[in-house]
Amino acid sequence: VLFSGSSKKIISKFYSFELLEVCIHRVRSCSSIRFIKSKYVCVFDKSAFKFSHQQRLFRTSAVSCGQIVQFKLSDIGEGITEVTVKEWYIKEGDSVSQFDSICEVQSDKASVTITSRYDGIIRKLHYNLDEIAYVGKPLVDIEIDASKGVAPEEDVVETPPMSHEEHTHQEIKGHKTLATPAVRRLAMENNIKLSEVVGTGKDNRILKEDILNYLAKQTGAILPPSPKAEIIPPLPKSETVPAAPKDKARKIPVPVSRPIVFSGKDKTEPITGFHKAMVKTMSAALKIPHFGYCDEIDLTQLVQLREELKPLAQIRGVKLSFMPFFIKAASLGLLQYPILNASLDESCQNVTYKASHNIGVAMDTEQGLIVPNVKNVQVCSVFEIASELNRLQSLGSAGQLGTNDLTGGTFTLSNIGTIGGTYAKPVILPPEVAIGALGKIQVLPRFNGKGEVFKAQIMNVSWSADHRIIDGATMARFSNLWKSYLENPASMLLDLK
Amino acid sequence: MVLQSSLKNCLQLSCILRTPKAGFRSTTSGGLIIQSVSNDVYQNLAVEDWIHDHMNLENRQVLFLWRNSPAVVIGRHQNPWQECNLRLLRQKNIKLARRRSGGGTVYHDLGNINLTFFTTRKKYERMENLKVVVKALKALRPQLDVHVTDRYDILLGRQYKISGTAAKLGRTTAYHHCTLLCNADKFVLSSVLKSPYKGLKSNATPSVPASVKNLFEEDPSLTCEMLLDAIAEEYATQHHIDHRITLINPADEAVLPGINNKTKELQTWEWVYGKTPKFSVSTCFNMVYKDSVLDVKVDMDVKHGRIEVCNIDLPEQWLPPALCSELVKSLTGSKFCPNETTTLATTLLRVCPQDDELHSRWNLLCENMIMLM
Repeated sequence: VLFSGSSKKIISKFYSFELLEVCIHRVRSCSSIRFIKSKYVCVFDKSAFKFSHQQRLFRTSAVSCGQIVQFKLSDIGEGITEVTVKEWYIKEGDSVSQFDSICEVQSDKASVTITSRYDGIIRKLHYNLDEIAYVGKPLVDIEIDASKGVAPEEDVVETPPMSHEEHTHQEIKGHKTLATPAVRRLAMENNIKLSEVVGTGKDNRILKEDILNYLAKQTGAILPPSPKAEIIPPLPKSETVPAAPKDKARKIPVPVSRPIVFSGKDKTEPITGFHKAMVKTMSAALKIPHFGYCDEIDLTQLVQLREELKPLAQIRGVKLSFMPFFIKAASLGLLQYPILNASLDESCQNVTYKASHNIGVAMDTEQGLIVPNVKNVQVCSVFEIASELNRLQSLGSAGQLGTNDLTGGTFTLSNIGTIGGTYAKPVILPPEVAIGALGKIQVLPRFNGKGEVFKAQIMNVSWSADHRIIDGATMARFSNLWKSYLENPASMLLDLK
Repeated sequence: MVLQSSLKNCLQLSCILRTPKAGFRSTTSGGLIIQSVSNDVYQNLAVEDWIHDHMNLENRQVLFLWRNSPAVVIGRHQNPWQECNLRLLRQKNIKLARRRSGGGTVYHDLGNINLTFFTTRKKYERMENLKVVVKALKALRPQLDVHVTDRYDILLGRQYKISGTAAKLGRTTAYHHCTLLCNADKFVLSSVLKSPYKGLKSNATPSVPASVKNLFEEDPSLTCEMLLDAIAEEYATQHHIDHRITLINPADEAVLPGINNKTKELQTWEWVYGKTPKFSVSTCFNMVYKDSVLDVKVDMDVKHGRIEVCNIDLPEQWLPPALCSELVKSLTGSKFCPNETTTLATTLLRVCPQDDELHSRWNLLCENMIMLM
């Protein structure tokens, strides 16, 4: 049935079947007819019946098929007649709302965003990328869903875009709410009262984003994040961070009190580049039989020492954190237990004891986990290690670490404590055989030798080692040695080379 | 008369937007002159976006004055690899930004001033705007030989370009912005705007190189401040509006709600690099390894800033084929970016046989690949 109920009645009452056939013919040929001006949802006006043999343009309230409208490229100004299509924001089959961006065209240093005049579905793109498009000629074909009702249409041909505001007012409780028909429809579909939504558009107009934000707040949904600032450097802390894959900060969903329409969609994207490489590394890592060993270190003396040394380092232009001490102490420990600085070949036939202590420091960046290493710690002073760490950290934040800094590591420390946490289960980074994760330093009550309670600066360390060549006892002894150097920093002086 | 800079006042922009007549003499052709207090290119570009998206320009025109600390700004549809020396930019810490208007690549520093003319789309008229600039320059220094070309450039002495233009048209509003060289570092300008990357093929808008000159060279008494004031005064005269310049802070969410999101978006890799139109890289390079020289041929297709197709032609057996194909597989889909390539190449090394010879060859190849980006 092509005609609305009321017009059908009129037709059957006054007109012959012949006319009906003629009218049907008109409707079918409609898709190829360009609109000049049209009135809306319609019923035939009397003149249509009178001059039935004339070509008459009209629109029916067809339910089964929408009208295909050819949306023409409107005037750009300055007498420009042709432009190049540079980017399509939609593709055939996409649905668009009025004012959605359709494409970007360029003409002589001017970039123009073409927005849709209609709500509907894109049926045809008349140009490919980099093709020349002509003002006044069709740009896209849009199938309009006529049953939804349409705002007054403008001339689609050469006249310049209308400057009056293309929104409709709605009186709600005596309070005008500005919103376009498309936004209004979105609100209606989701049972949202426009009066409850905060508009952020000009004149407090309600935009599509405002509706989506409102929905997100209701359902606790996590909206697809706006493009992340990937170039922003990681937190400028001197401590470095996790070996575990970084979790993006997630909003905790607010418990929902009433059933709300949830419009979020799952998003699947391929794993590429860096993450693909991480998948490979981590899969290989977990083939290593890990065992863990954890302990608690009293850093009270080290905290004090660092406070004294910080200004001295500052004078020399270097920021001194705790890491240089942890790294140096580890190297001193590796001198006694070189098996922890070794590598096992794939066939598990040979162990290579590495001469250099290239100690890796896990760093968290926007991209993910990277582990630059400080080379030859065994011949570096604490100050030199601090200086090198500064260099690696600034290169890391700028995304400019070189291959040399990122390869050749033999042992790794990961300071997850700067983000938080106490104990961890770090994953060994092949081809290494051990890794240590450092928790945060907490002030806790402890008993001293006299049985008195005192304030201690406690940090937890969690080691993981390759059980194929490292046994628990070795790990424990290394950890104890490392711990003793840090709990009593003066003892490091004895063994420093 | 234009007030001295010390008297520039800082009106609450919000009251201007919500109650258009407040704070202004009510005239049929209203206008506003604003100047940014920030030299951050992303923040300033975000202000343009904000005004374009949120301000009602029906009976009002806006002139926005801004300057940036060293930055290279490419046009909406350009290819940064084609347009500038990205390696040099990274080394010198010069920012790279992509603006939303079309046109070519420019270098900004504090010796360059930027002017943006906001109007409704109907009133978009670039020639008129540039005439205002030329008129202002001539009023300031009548002996200056400056004129506007039909490509919307401003030339000094008929020869040297001192200003380039670009524009953005939206549904209801439009803006036309241009640069003006007062005292920019020409040496840095020419070195950063020279691309070292070979073998690039793309449909991106190319820039048209031009010889440039600073107005300062013509008349050393000129400063950016003087130029800004002169242009503001001429604009105010033309539009019969208040000469006073309103200062705005592009970080102020209260005055410009939503501005920080716009700033962030302009800084994302997806916008700056990812919006590059599809291009291909077809090049070869020599690697010197121990006593031999090796020829390597590389072909890549890059779309949305990511490597879609990658082909590396190495001398046979120089690297184990499995490793090579692993590299190619990892590069496919990853960003055409030296940092990304470095991290994935070094990460892959962890799962290779631990052989020093192998590692040094691998590193050599990867470093050369990175040089292409």
